[in-house]
Amino acid sequence: MAGGAPSLMDSLFQRSLDDIIRGLRLCPPGSDSSSAFISRSLDEIRREIKSTDPQMKATALSKLTYLHSLHAADDMSWAAFHSVELSSSAAHSHKRIAFLSASLSFDPSTTDVILLLTHQLRKDLSSPNVHDVSLALSTLSSICNPDLARDLTPDLFTLLTTTKLFVRKKAIAAVLRVFEQYPDAVRVCFKRIVENLESDVDIEILSAVVGLFCELTVKEPRSYLPLAPQFYKILVDCRNNWVLIKVVKIFAKLAPLEPRLGKRVVEPICEHMGRTGAKSFAFECVRTIVTSLSEYDSAVKLAVGKIREFLLDDDPNLKYLGLQALAIVAHEKNMWAVLENKELVVKALSDVDVNIKLEALRLVMSMVSEDNVMEICRILITHALKSDPEFCDEILGFILLTCARNVYDVVFDFDWYVSFLGEMARIPHCQRGREIEIQLVDIGMRVKDARAQLVNVARELVIDPALFGNPFIHPVLAAAAWISGEYIELSRNPFELMEALLQPRTSLLTPSVRGVYIQSAFKVLSFCLYSYLKLNRGDASSYPSALTTDETVASEPLSDTELDNQDMVITHGMMPHNFTRESIMGLVNLVEINLGPLAGSNEVEIQERASNVLGLIKLIKPKIILGCLDQSEGEKIKGEAKASTEIITLIFDALSEELGPVSLNSQERVAIPDGLVLKENLDDLEAICGDIKLPLSTSFSLVKHQLMDGTRISECQSHKEEESEPSTESMSLLAEHRKRHGLYYLGGSENKEMVISNDYPPAHDPQGKAIDEAGDLVKQLTEQSLVLKKKPNQVKPRPVVVKLDDGEGLSAAAKTPEFKADLISGAVQDVLLSNETTSSTSRSKSSKKKEMDNLPESKNNIIEADTSTLSFPGSGRRKQHTHGKERKHQSSVKNKEERDHKDKQKSKHKSRQRADGALAAQSPVIPDFLL
Amino acid sequence: MIRGVIIMNDQGKPRLVKFYEFQPMEKQQELIRSIYRILCSRAENVSNFVKVDSLFGPDVRLVYKTYATLYFVFIFDSSENELAMLDLMQVFVETMDKCFSNVCELDVVFNFNKVHTILDEIILGGQVLETSSSQVVKAVEEISRLS
Repeated sequence: MAGGAPSLMDSLFQRSLDDIIRGLRLCPPGSDSSSAFISRSLDEIRREIKSTDPQMKATALSKLTYLHSLHAADDMSWAAFHSVELSSSAAHSHKRIAFLSASLSFDPSTTDVILLLTHQLRKDLSSPNVHDVSLALSTLSSICNPDLARDLTPDLFTLLTTTKLFVRKKAIAAVLRVFEQYPDAVRVCFKRIVENLESDVDIEILSAVVGLFCELTVKEPRSYLPLAPQFYKILVDCRNNWVLIKVVKIFAKLAPLEPRLGKRVVEPICEHMGRTGAKSFAFECVRTIVTSLSEYDSAVKLAVGKIREFLLDDDPNLKYLGLQALAIVAHEKNMWAVLENKELVVKALSDVDVNIKLEALRLVMSMVSEDNVMEICRILITHALKSDPEFCDEILGFILLTCARNVYDVVFDFDWYVSFLGEMARIPHCQRGREIEIQLVDIGMRVKDARAQLVNVARELVIDPALFGNPFIHPVLAAAAWISGEYIELSRNPFELMEALLQPRTSLLTPSVRGVYIQSAFKVLSFCLYSYLKLNRGDASSYPSALTTDETVASEPLSDTELDNQDMVITHGMMPHNFTRESIMGLVNLVEINLGPLAGSNEVEIQERASNVLGLIKLIKPKIILGCLDQSEGEKIKGEAKASTEIITLIFDALSEELGPVSLNSQERVAIPDGLVLKENLDDLEAICGDIKLPLSTSFSLVKHQLMDGTRISECQSHKEEESEPSTESMSLLAEHRKRHGLYYLGGSENKEMVISNDYPPAHDPQGKAIDEAGDLVKQLTEQSLVLKKKPNQVKPRPVVVKLDDGEGLSAAAKTPEFKADLISGAVQDVLLSNETTSSTSRSKSSKKKEMDNLPESKNNIIEADTSTLSFPGSGRRKQHTHGKERKHQSSVKNKEERDHKDKQKSKHKSRQRADGALAAQSPVIPDFLL
Repeated sequence: MIRGVIIMNDQGKPRLVKFYEFQPMEKQQELIRSIYRILCSRAENVSNFVKVDSLFGPDVRLVYKTYATLYFVFIFDSSENELAMLDLMQVFVETMDKCFSNVCELDVVFNFNKVHTILDEIILGGQVLETSSSQVVKAVEEISRLS
């Protein structure tokens, strides 16, 4: 039966929409029965909808539309044709069902039966029944596509002057969609729409037409400047709040384009703001003043007064909007307005409404500058401690975001900020561990002068056993551990740090964080050994020259504070008695005891890193026991000692190599080399890869065995060498790898590193140079601030590139939506400036631009006249006539004469638009009005 | 411009869904679900705004109001005034109140077509056309008298 025509029984017992709704309500919610009911109903509908009886068809379609719209029942596209069919029914109620179904389910860009509606819509648009017309207009604006818009433009044009106001206002509203879809409709309809702008027309019409202009102006304000006099008249004369809101919105867009316009409207808008009882209109006035008329101080003062009223109001909506408006004022650099209402804003931070709290928070953060950042953060932190966890987290997020903006733009005192980060991490509800982690490490790399304090903060975090209980803080601990290891030479007491890094509660950490702890312990150990050697070696000359030079390079860019610190460390923290053989032995034993069990850990990260450290200990320990590192033994041992000290030196050098911040885009900057195939399917390589993988893994496990079981030092040594010579063998391997694959991972790193491994592919020279320059700049900055010795410097190695990328992304995104608006505004300008050139109907944006550039003479003249009065931007610089510039400064009277002259000239031409004359007559009003 | 009007009940069931720019069904469902999630988490007597940047992109705002068991939601862009939208919502509800005499959720449930007719008289293509509920009632009554 399904698929066949409905039987008589079907039509007699057809279920109504109400039956369907009732049936659905009987189904228990969330059960399968409702979907079964829907699919049964859909089967019925499929049958019924084929009926030749319009009533039956209408009911079926109505049911389908309901199920589709509110129960997402079905893809309705199969029924599209039935909507079209039913739309021609004589009964208005059927027609309404058909059009409702069309407007709820048709996709203007893909539903192709829309074209079949053209005829019916045209018929309905000229129907004597206003409700038929209104229905057609409403449908048109829902499903409008370029073809429909083009075909129905003449009918719409007729409706724009109809005496039936009920229809005319709807036609005006429908015009918006038609313009968007078919910009050439502007040439036909625009004059008539402008005629409806007279303030003596019916208020409903005025409301519709002002609404239309509001939409058009928001998209592209410039074209509607010539209509400013009409809008001004409405602003002054009209008393309808709906209309006034829209007009004020229009002026908010127009005023920034024409300073003289702002001068004229600021007074009436202030008047309205003071007089009106409607909060909506008052708020619109406030918003317009603070966004577009912010240079009029007295107006802004009044607006801020009004905002204060809103903030004091009990209505949360007004409070919310008031805060938003205040944020705009703050954005326009009128900080006094925020300061005046400071207590209200701070009070709003503890409002019950999340919206208001967030808005207040945003506002507080917008006040942040380098002068008050410390104070504001202090206030917010106390507030965060009192707030619910969610908002507390929000506050911390905002602080982190604001302080890190533009590479810590507002932060002047990094010692303070670093301590503050440590403080934030300890707040019980803090869930921003990850962000704090990133910033701590980031500051460590970017801001050399902050490192001493950073090490202090990290120490506090690392040595506190209470912190391990809170998993949210683990990322911060990872950062603290990393900092402790990386900048160990700034530490006062490496032994204490080592104990902290190895404390038993580290077992509570996740493996990845624990890996960081072990690696840091490795760094601390190698540092202690190195320092011990250094203290005992007598003079530096007996050491490899590479080390000495590296030392100089490394210490060259060091700041004074750091040097001080280093001195201090060496003289105080690392008193020779601290690095005695006993203390070193104690340290080594401590590490060995704590990390020994971890060499058998299931976690590869932990296991490998622990093994690294143990390997180093195995190499070094016997020598310390023998005392051969003291250089007091015979020649043979001395040679051996030299070998192992060399190794330690190499390890220490490798670890103390400076890490620089890496630009997010460094990978993108790498050009793909010619030979590299990225898109080829590599499936057939799998077999080969499998073969390769196997031996690799066995050799890996062999090494592990060696390490675990091997007692001979040489074995460990060879292993250790593998691990510890990144500056020689593995470095060159890496370089070779890079050369082969053309990758350049550390684009933003310091140039010092690039000197070491100078075999980067020459193909990237220009980029390398750019980075070099950035690096040089960094160096200069550092040196400058060193000379000044005032505040910690901010290192910004990647300012230009990132911003450039963002800007490009934005403009690319903004281009597409502008397309249509551009076409519309082009047409509007043509109409308003009475352009006679009958341009081709389908023009692309580029051809449009071209046309604007090579304007025909007559048009150019008119625009010039406009330029002189309205300073029509864009056209001024295209002036080709020599007298253009002088004319700009001539009196408006002459302009008027000229304009009249042009009008006369123009009237000789054959005009396509009948209303041209009327508009041209209006145009000269503009200069008078504006000057 | 008004981007959309949604009525849903306090269980998140949509009672009226009208978008003024075409939205595919899946997208509509997703939006309704996301909006409901936000609305049901909000306390009473708080402001009627919801940030929807993540759902609709920047510059789009949402106001809602609770009437008995129903949420009324208006989604719109910067061409509309937030407070005026709340007023318009009031007009919409008043009109329904007049049409159904003491409107309740059931009236909205069982008058799918009529509620759309009312809305179409107030808003056309996303633009506000009528703000007087008595005018709307007059037009709706005329329409229902047509065969």
